[in-house]
Amino acid sequence: MAKDEKVLSSTSNNMHESQKNQFELKWFLRKNIVPVFFFVLCVIGGYYSGLPLPFLLNEIITRMARNSFLVISLIIPVLAGMGLNFGIVLGAMAGQFAYVATVNWQMAGLTGFTTTALLSIPLAILFGWLTGILFNHTKGKEMITGIILGFFANGIYQLICLYFMGNIIPIKVPSMLIPGSIGLRNTLDIKPMQYALDNLLKIQVKIPGHVFPVSIPVATFLAILALCLFTHYIVKTKLGQEFRIVGQDMHVAEASGINVDRVRIIAVILSTILAGLGQVIFLQNLGNINTYGSHVQVGTFAVAAILIGGASVKKATVGQALLGTLLFHTLFIVSPLAGKNLVGDAMIGEYFRVFVTYGVIGVALALHAWQSLQEQRRIALLKADISGE
Amino acid sequence: MEAPRLEMRDISKEYFGNKVLRSVNLSVAPGEIHGLVGENGAGKSTLMNILFGMPVIRNTGGFEGRIFIDGEPVEVNSPYDALELGIGMVHQEFMLLPGLTITENIKINREIVKDNLLSKLLGKKLGILDFERMRRDARKALDRVELNIDEMLPVLGLPVGFMQFIEIARELDKDSLRLLILDEPTAVLTEKDAETLIEVMKKLSREGISILFITHRLNEVLRVADNITVLRDGEVVGKLPSSEATIEVLAELMVGRKVDISARARRGFEEDAKPILTIKDLHVDMPGERVSGLSLNVQEGEILGIGGLAGHGKIGIANGIMGLYPARGYVHVANYGEVELNSPLSALSSGMAFVSEDRRGMGLLLDETIELNIAVQALLSRGKFLKKYLFNMIDRESIRKHALKMIKDLDIRCTGPNQIVRRLSGGNQQKVCIAKALTLEPSILFVSEPTRGIDVGAKKIVLDLLLQLNQELGVTIIMTSSELAELRSICDRIAIIYRGRLQGILPVDASDKEFGLMMAGELSAVKEGVF
Ligand SMILES: Nc1ncnc2c1ncn2[C@@H]1O[C@H](COP(=O)(O)OP(=O)(O)OP(=O)(O)O)[C@@H](O)[C@H]1O
Ligand SMILES: [Mg+2]
Repeated sequence: MAKDEKVLSSTSNNMHESQKNQFELKWFLRKNIVPVFFFVLCVIGGYYSGLPLPFLLNEIITRMARNSFLVISLIIPVLAGMGLNFGIVLGAMAGQFAYVATVNWQMAGLTGFTTTALLSIPLAILFGWLTGILFNHTKGKEMITGIILGFFANGIYQLICLYFMGNIIPIKVPSMLIPGSIGLRNTLDIKPMQYALDNLLKIQVKIPGHVFPVSIPVATFLAILALCLFTHYIVKTKLGQEFRIVGQDMHVAEASGINVDRVRIIAVILSTILAGLGQVIFLQNLGNINTYGSHVQVGTFAVAAILIGGASVKKATVGQALLGTLLFHTLFIVSPLAGKNLVGDAMIGEYFRVFVTYGVIGVALALHAWQSLQEQRRIALLKADISGE
Repeated sequence: MEAPRLEMRDISKEYFGNKVLRSVNLSVAPGEIHGLVGENGAGKSTLMNILFGMPVIRNTGGFEGRIFIDGEPVEVNSPYDALELGIGMVHQEFMLLPGLTITENIKINREIVKDNLLSKLLGKKLGILDFERMRRDARKALDRVELNIDEMLPVLGLPVGFMQFIEIARELDKDSLRLLILDEPTAVLTEKDAETLIEVMKKLSREGISILFITHRLNEVLRVADNITVLRDGEVVGKLPSSEATIEVLAELMVGRKVDISARARRGFEEDAKPILTIKDLHVDMPGERVSGLSLNVQEGEILGIGGLAGHGKIGIANGIMGLYPARGYVHVANYGEVELNSPLSALSSGMAFVSEDRRGMGLLLDETIELNIAVQALLSRGKFLKKYLFNMIDRESIRKHALKMIKDLDIRCTGPNQIVRRLSGGNQQKVCIAKALTLEPSILFVSEPTRGIDVGAKKIVLDLLLQLNQELGVTIIMTSSELAELRSICDRIAIIYRGRLQGILPVDASDKEFGLMMAGELSAVKEGVF
């Protein structure tokens, strides 16, 4: 008879689920408040910017192709419960070091690009491994550790680029160095490798009623598609399951015989590798490297984008990463012009840009904290956090 | 002669200079069910954690002694090693991931994968999970513990009893299982479910699996164990075949003094006194323990028991009234008025207090000291322990004094009032929960499963204390429990909940059959008002 009872209450559980569905629209809005808000902003901004559609589309497509990889690289650490990995800055550095090498070897075109990409991988593994070890010593504080690590690593990066390059590390191409001195120049020209991937396969699409076509870098998007599939695949493997288990409860994971520290290091290494490749793709589109600046905001921008897409520090999907990249960069394009057209001052738009990047991180994190606070409120109240009468 | 399945020799362990195990020896034969009993804090879980290679042992300086499995000396440095050796463990606290499905929890770290190119190249971990086969395995394991539930449901929100069986199913699913450790598996189960579990254990032992069984329900251990080891203060004080043991003998060995375990003489109860608590049409949305339209009157000064099968909502009542889960309906407290639902503060200020069944989840601040845990709620909601100078100051002295008294009254085994609660044994954490509620000096006290995981000696202390509160201070007590015997030992009447509603109220001396029928919904409220 005890058995029957158990069946009974399990079906009543299912009934509860269907009751929940009645609130679906409300639930949808509540759960997706962040992307909905930014979508509305994009539409308004797009309208007031007065930009012609092909221009807008071209810009968006370029930026999607350029940035998606970096944003998607954030997903795996979130799955493993380590929050948003600001440490991808180190991945970006790996990509840049790889370019320094290939430019120095005077490589060009697709060969150069491929070599750079391949070269970035071992560097990223090394950086990711170190980051992972650090994160394992600061469990539960990975995000802030990642930010600080970014600053610290930047210091070392500058040291290497300014004092070691052309000194301890021989540089053959004089134009890479600061004239009459040692250290890399402010801007590193990688024109020979520009568009190596983008132009591999490019199609032009005409939009009826407009003169300029929209061009799509198919090869780059194929690379992004491959990454999406890869991420999707990893999530479904045993490794992905271990990420999820560790992310939910390290104690339970450990008690089930999972080597928690190792799994976390793997997650960070994967993320760093992807960020490195992402930076390599990003820079081949730009055509030059701002030696001391290109990597600095990689972490912040990617994090802002994925948050706008509706991800949180506990949950992130490929869809959210792509949507977020789209919304974030659309805002980036339209906001200065919309600001100028609306208020007659382009600076407003610039301010807004800055607000978007930094503000959104704060806002989205606060929203997220608020949501979990709501859940915990009742419990916390009784537990002790009652603030007096 | 065959080598014993498990032999632990001269095991000693200290936590921060506090010796909790002193050269403990333990030996279990193949297919034997070995009972391990002892007071709260005697060191049972610690011994099992050592055997299972739990990280907490390594992180606190390891242990001394040696372990042999089937005659071979072994090193168990991590749960992974234990897994390889065929040791399975159901921990005292839950080790499930609520966000995942039952299947995923059962196959945790033993997932079945489909091979593909990448996994052949780079290792099994890159194979895609084969949910079909995992599901089938999970189904098989669930069937072995006779749990008829959809294996693809998420664990979140399932009643605790279900979770316990899922954990056992998870261990059974390990093909190489040779030794199964069950650390208080029945503490969260109703008597019926505990019965099922005991049957499962017997079946397993017939299959040749050795079982180490920890429990505070001595009658269970007597029924199912072949041999029993008794621990007291980290030392083995007795080792006997269960045929030679009785509850009295065990209890005496455990606590080192005679324990009176007879039930109290019951007093009569005035039925038509005016209710102190009126509940009308209460609905509580607690997953797995939903209350749907409960009406109940509680008389001033009584001890009302609330019983029923798991999943029928008995747990939801107190949780709903105290504002821990969304609730609607009407709750009225005499001398206060209507209690605002969904507001813990309103519930607390009406003079009600609650000892939760979920002490790890919401009962305690695990990383704070014992004294703070005891005092904090009274401090914040009642303004107790404040000294009035220019402005209010926390009176640390009176908190310390009160905590010391509670530690003595409830026999909380600790190093002192400023010990961190996380480092207490499971049973002693429960006592801190009770002390916290008592500090509120409530006029109505809800207690859920108050003796879950508490040893016989302390169980008596807790139940006696509830009685004393009731008789000397006039506190009305509403006690929810899955142990009928416990309800019978101190309650004046017992309300049975079925499908979220009151099925009826029985006097304590009603027969087991009546209780059984009523819990199954086959006997309705006819008995109400009979006495
Ligand atoms: N992590 C820890 N750090 C410090 N001391 C601990 C820790 N865990 C347990 N202890 C101490 O070790 C002793 C034995 O605890 P243990 O959990 O083994 O008791 P137990 O026999 O399982 O009791 P119970 O029946 O209450 O579960 C207790 O005094 C406890 O305070
Ligand atoms: Mg224990």
